[in-house]
Amino acid sequence: MSSTVVDHAPDHHGHDDHHHAAPTGWRRWLFATNHKDIGTMYLLFSFIMLLEGGALALLIRTELFEPGIQFFQPDLFNQFTTMHGLIMIFGAIMPALVGFANYMIPLQIGASDMAFARMNNFSFWLLPVGAIMLTGSFFVPGGATAAGWTLYAPLSLQMGPGMDMAIFAVHILGASSIMGAINIIVTILNMRAPGMTLMKMPLFCWTWLITAFLLIAVMPVLAAAVTMLLTDRHFGTGFFNAAAGGDPVLYQHVFWFFGHPEVYIMILPAFGIVSAIIPTFSRKRLFGYASMVYATAAIAVLSFIVWAHHMFATGMPVTGQLYFMYATMLISIPTGVKVFNWVATMWRGSLTFETPMLFSVGFIFVFTLGGFTGLILAVAPIDIAVHDTYYVVAHFHYVLVAGSLFALFAGTYYWLPKWTGRMYNEKLGKIHFWSTMLSFNLTFFPMHFLGLAGMPRRYVDYAPQFTDFHQVATIGAFWFGFSQLLFLYIILKTYRGAGETATAQVWEGAEGLEWTLPSPLPFHTFETPPVVK
Amino acid sequence: MKKLQGLLGLGALLPACTAWAQVQDMPGGPKVLQVNLHKGVTEIAESMYSLHIMMLIICTVIFIAVFGVMFYSIWAHRKSKGFKASVFHEHMGVEVAWTVVPFIIVIAMALPATKTVVAMKDTSSADITVKATGYQWKWGYEYLDGKAKGINFISNMTTPYDQIEGGAEKSNTYLMEVDNELVVPTGKKVRVVITADDVIHSFFVPELGVKQDAIPGFLRDAWFRTDKVGTYRGQCAELCGQNHAFMPIVVRVVSPEDYDKWIAEQQKVAAK
Repeated sequence: MSSTVVDHAPDHHGHDDHHHAAPTGWRRWLFATNHKDIGTMYLLFSFIMLLEGGALALLIRTELFEPGIQFFQPDLFNQFTTMHGLIMIFGAIMPALVGFANYMIPLQIGASDMAFARMNNFSFWLLPVGAIMLTGSFFVPGGATAAGWTLYAPLSLQMGPGMDMAIFAVHILGASSIMGAINIIVTILNMRAPGMTLMKMPLFCWTWLITAFLLIAVMPVLAAAVTMLLTDRHFGTGFFNAAAGGDPVLYQHVFWFFGHPEVYIMILPAFGIVSAIIPTFSRKRLFGYASMVYATAAIAVLSFIVWAHHMFATGMPVTGQLYFMYATMLISIPTGVKVFNWVATMWRGSLTFETPMLFSVGFIFVFTLGGFTGLILAVAPIDIAVHDTYYVVAHFHYVLVAGSLFALFAGTYYWLPKWTGRMYNEKLGKIHFWSTMLSFNLTFFPMHFLGLAGMPRRYVDYAPQFTDFHQVATIGAFWFGFSQLLFLYIILKTYRGAGETATAQVWEGAEGLEWTLPSPLPFHTFETPPVVK
Repeated sequence: MKKLQGLLGLGALLPACTAWAQVQDMPGGPKVLQVNLHKGVTEIAESMYSLHIMMLIICTVIFIAVFGVMFYSIWAHRKSKGFKASVFHEHMGVEVAWTVVPFIIVIAMALPATKTVVAMKDTSSADITVKATGYQWKWGYEYLDGKAKGINFISNMTTPYDQIEGGAEKSNTYLMEVDNELVVPTGKKVRVVITADDVIHSFFVPELGVKQDAIPGFLRDAWFRTDKVGTYRGQCAELCGQNHAFMPIVVRVVSPEDYDKWIAEQQKVAAK
């Protein structure tokens, strides 16, 4: 892939008169069809949601600093845990990854924009609508849904109107994701520059192509699950009511058929970002490019056949438990291949550790810990011991925060000079990394212990024996949360034009089409496709 | 507390600790600063514990191997040390090796786990069958066979509200104490048939190695057998609404003689 030789396209200023002048003011954003503007809006939106979800997390950790009920009554506490999950997944991580896709995929494959520019606009502007609906549900009678982000029936059938708002918000955000996914697939399959064969594409495009197929496959399944909740709640159906011939466990099967591919939707593009950064700062090609592509595809296929490992405790037949245990353990093989490939890329490279590289190496290190706990959780008898405890909370924060979020930070620092034309403050970036890395582990590592000792998750109160590790976690959480304000400061300062001017190449070891463009990027790029040899 | 201060050096960060300086391990429940699974008092809980140790050892070995290589590279292959990058970017041999070797390791992990799964799911030929029903937010128990047949009662948490709200000092079994404990004898295979009345709950007792969701309208089962007399404490493990944290499960395992005495008492109470 990185052997790509770029034939610089001839200057083409003479023939872009079919473009109107770049729109300005609010119209530029509301009617945006430019993939860079839409990408920027996606990233801004997801960061706002990250702060909202983070604020909810800090409220949770505040209540859990001591045993007993100090600040929030149990129902409000449950609303916080539920909304924290929904906002982080559907508001922060997924839109941020789509933002990167919007911004970077056309630049990486030499396309002038995304395939469906107006649909792109629509899929972004659905997000604030969904977000307002989710957040607004706190203020309706009964408050937001308190059924957990998984919205398990029949508990979710007991909720007030906040639950209906959450259902509609999930529908809206899901529609946005599907449109985004269609756009990405069509763009990648049809708009690659001449010579940019699929197996020459940067890995980020590959991981997103596969992720987009996952999204199209499973977002409708989630929509079906929550629609059945809606009709059970209001229209007298009994999908999840045993007395009416339904089954509460059916909900879990449908939900996790979406839910497990969903976790790969949130991590595969992150793999792509890290696979771009590690070679750059190792000054060496990505090791095993082809096997990276195959491993990504293998993970995607396996993700469809392992869903019930989230449901070992529901009590399935012994053969079911064995099958889902074996299938789940298999996922560690392609995931392991990826980790080995990253390490082999670094091996005998010429390494430097700018902030994107720090976050990427941090990603490999901490994500792998999350991978190990995933493997441990796959072992059904151990899962029975720690299912629905803090061990699971620790596990999925290791893969979602240290996985997806670290990769998002890495990607932001990596491409920020390209976006803004300025270098960020490297020293502050490094402080941000170390502060984030240490506080993350301080927050979530003790949660493994809590879970092993039997502390159930989604508890507003706990036995005093659990106090010490909860206090460590709360201290870590506040440190982690406030560290992210430093990130905001660094980004805003760079956008305001502080820092050195960035070159087109930006990073010494960077290869690929996006680095052939000037920094900052002109409003339109690759109007004449480059030729890739 | 002293253990933690020594262990993590975080004493200075925990100013509030003094309030719980007297917290002791909870018998049959969590220990202070417990960092691993409960050792367990049943065959299943013990094999969960040893499976977990096995997994920890394997994962630690892999962890050290992989990150040993990575950190060596970080230390040695730096541009600042003048290290020039190599150009290799694939190697069929190692790529096949690190696909096949993990596959073999995974099989090695799956074999002992399979044995435990099969044992765990075998609820046949039980000596005593008890039905546990989850309610919002308490448990109901009913003895379905044997000498205790017909005994049934509701089990409520007894932790008083002023302990929860912070007015009174918290007891050592805070949140994990009930008025009516589930009483079973030692040495007998106890099958617990589990269901729920309203929403999904989960019957979870770490020391017994049991966790089974209670699903309204359906019956599920789990089993345990222990030779150790004692009181074993667990909590509801599936989000079930506002008092999810306040519906503990307490199982008291007694000798067969004491079990008979307990049955007699219960029947006397019922006869009144």
